[in-house]
Amino acid sequence: MIHAYELHGRYIVLDVESGAVLDVDSAAFSALHTPPELHTAEQAEAWGELMSLKAEGLLFTEPPLESGRDVYSLPQSRTDIRGGPPPLKALCMHVSHDCNLRCGYCFAHTGDFGTGKRSVMPPEVAEKAVDYLLERCGGRENLEIDFFGGEPLMAFDTVKHTVAYAKKRAPGKRFRFTLTTNGVLLDEETIAYLNAEMDNLVLSLDGRKDVNDACRGRTYDSLLPKYKRVIETRTGDYYVRGTYTNRNLDFAEDVLHLASLGFRNISLEPAILPPGHPLALGEGCLPALNAEYEKLCGLMADGADFSFFHFNVDLEQGPCVYKRLRGCGAGVEYAAVTPEGDVFPCHQFAGREAYRLGSVLDGSFRDDLSARFMSMNCSDREDCAVCRAKYFCGGGCAAANLTVNGDIHKADRLGCELAKKRLDCAIYLKSNQVCE
Amino acid sequence: MKHIKIINRKTLAHTVPDGGCGECRTSCQSACKTSCTVANQKCENPRTQKRPLETAR
Repeated sequence: MIHAYELHGRYIVLDVESGAVLDVDSAAFSALHTPPELHTAEQAEAWGELMSLKAEGLLFTEPPLESGRDVYSLPQSRTDIRGGPPPLKALCMHVSHDCNLRCGYCFAHTGDFGTGKRSVMPPEVAEKAVDYLLERCGGRENLEIDFFGGEPLMAFDTVKHTVAYAKKRAPGKRFRFTLTTNGVLLDEETIAYLNAEMDNLVLSLDGRKDVNDACRGRTYDSLLPKYKRVIETRTGDYYVRGTYTNRNLDFAEDVLHLASLGFRNISLEPAILPPGHPLALGEGCLPALNAEYEKLCGLMADGADFSFFHFNVDLEQGPCVYKRLRGCGAGVEYAAVTPEGDVFPCHQFAGREAYRLGSVLDGSFRDDLSARFMSMNCSDREDCAVCRAKYFCGGGCAAANLTVNGDIHKADRLGCELAKKRLDCAIYLKSNQVCE
Repeated sequence: MKHIKIINRKTLAHTVPDGGCGECRTSCQSACKTSCTVANQKCENPRTQKRPLETAR
C-alpha cells in the first residue's frame, strides 16, 4: 500500500508497510496515477525509477509482520516473566482526584473522574503503587511514573514521597518521572523541585488569552510568568500543552501564539468529549481542522524555531514495528492508579468501574480485561489494516473510542482523520527539511 | 535519480528481528494524554538501532 499526496507544492509518497518516504516530482507523481500504457515519455522515465525502488524493497512492499501475529508474545517482550502476562512498565499516578480549576472540557469531570468523591492519594497508597509496578515490571530497565490528576500539585507531598520511595526501593531501575500541571500552585520551591526531579513537565495553557481564559478560568495572566520561569531554569524536557475545542477551530493561531511567547515544545490536542457537549468537535469540523494543520505545517516549513508534538515523527530512530502495532499499551504495559489504589487501563478510564483492572492494595490484576486491550492490535482491525497512519498512531485511543462511540473497539472517526492529516503534515516537514 | 529523492529508506522490516523489547516510553506519558501517537517515541533498543539498513546499498 502506498499513500501519494501533494501538500504545499511537494509531492510525497509514503510506502506504508516499509515506512520508506520519497519526495517525487510531478512526472513521477502523475505516473503513479496513470496506467503505464498511457505514460508520456517523462512519466515512463519516472516510472522506471519507481520500479527500481520497488525492486529495492522501498515501494509496494508487504507488511513486515503477518496478520494476526501476537505482538506481545516475543521472548524479548516478556523478559523474565516467561509465559506470564507482558510486564507493566508505566504508571499514571492520580495523586489527586481534585482540582483547583474547573475547565470546560475536562475529561476528568473537574478532577473527581465522575465519582463524586474528591481525594488525595496517601503516601502509603503511593508506596503500594510503586511496589505494584516493581512486582509486575519483570526485567524492564526503564520505568515511567507520571503524576496526574486532577491537579497533582494539590498532592505535592505525595509526589515528593513517591519519587524518594521509588529511587530508594529500586536503585537499579531507571525511573522517568513526568508531571502534568495546570500551573496554579507553581512557586519557586515547586519549580526548583520539579526541574530537578521530573524528566518531563507538561504545563497546561490553551494559547491566546481569550481562548485560554474562556475554558480555564482567568488563568492566562497569572500562569504566563510562572511558565516562563520554569523554562528559564529548566534543562529537562517540557511541553506547553493546550486543548482546542469547537470554539477555536483556528487553533494554529494558538500554537503560533505560544511559540511567540518563547515556548519551544508545544502540544495542542483536540478535546475528547461526548457528542452533544457544547465544546465537542464533530466530523463537521474536519475540513476546518485539516486546513488548520496544513496551515500550521506550511508556516513551520518556513523556519519554525519550535516543535509541535504531533508533527514530531522520527523516520529513522523511531520505534519498532511491534511498538507501532501495540499502540499506547493501555491496560497492558501502562495503567493508571487512583488515590484509593484502584487500577485502570489508563488515566481516561479512571472511575469507569467496568474497566477496573485491579488494586495496588491487594496486588490484584484482571488478566481477562488486560487481554481485551492486548487484542487491540491494529494489524487485526479492519479499519486500521488499510490505513496509511497505522504505524504512526498505533491504532488510536481506546478511551476516545469509548467516549465518542461507547465501544473501545469502535474507532473515533474524527480522531482517525486528524491522525492521518497530522501524519501527512509531519512527513511533509521532514521532506521539506531534506530537500530545501 | 532524476525524478525521485529518497527521504527515508530505513524500513520497518529491519526492526522485526530484535524489536519488541518494550523499553521505550509509553506514548501517553509524553505530552498528549488524549490521543495516541507512537511514531514520535525514540527506540531504546541498542540492538535494533545498530542493525544496518537492510535496504541501503
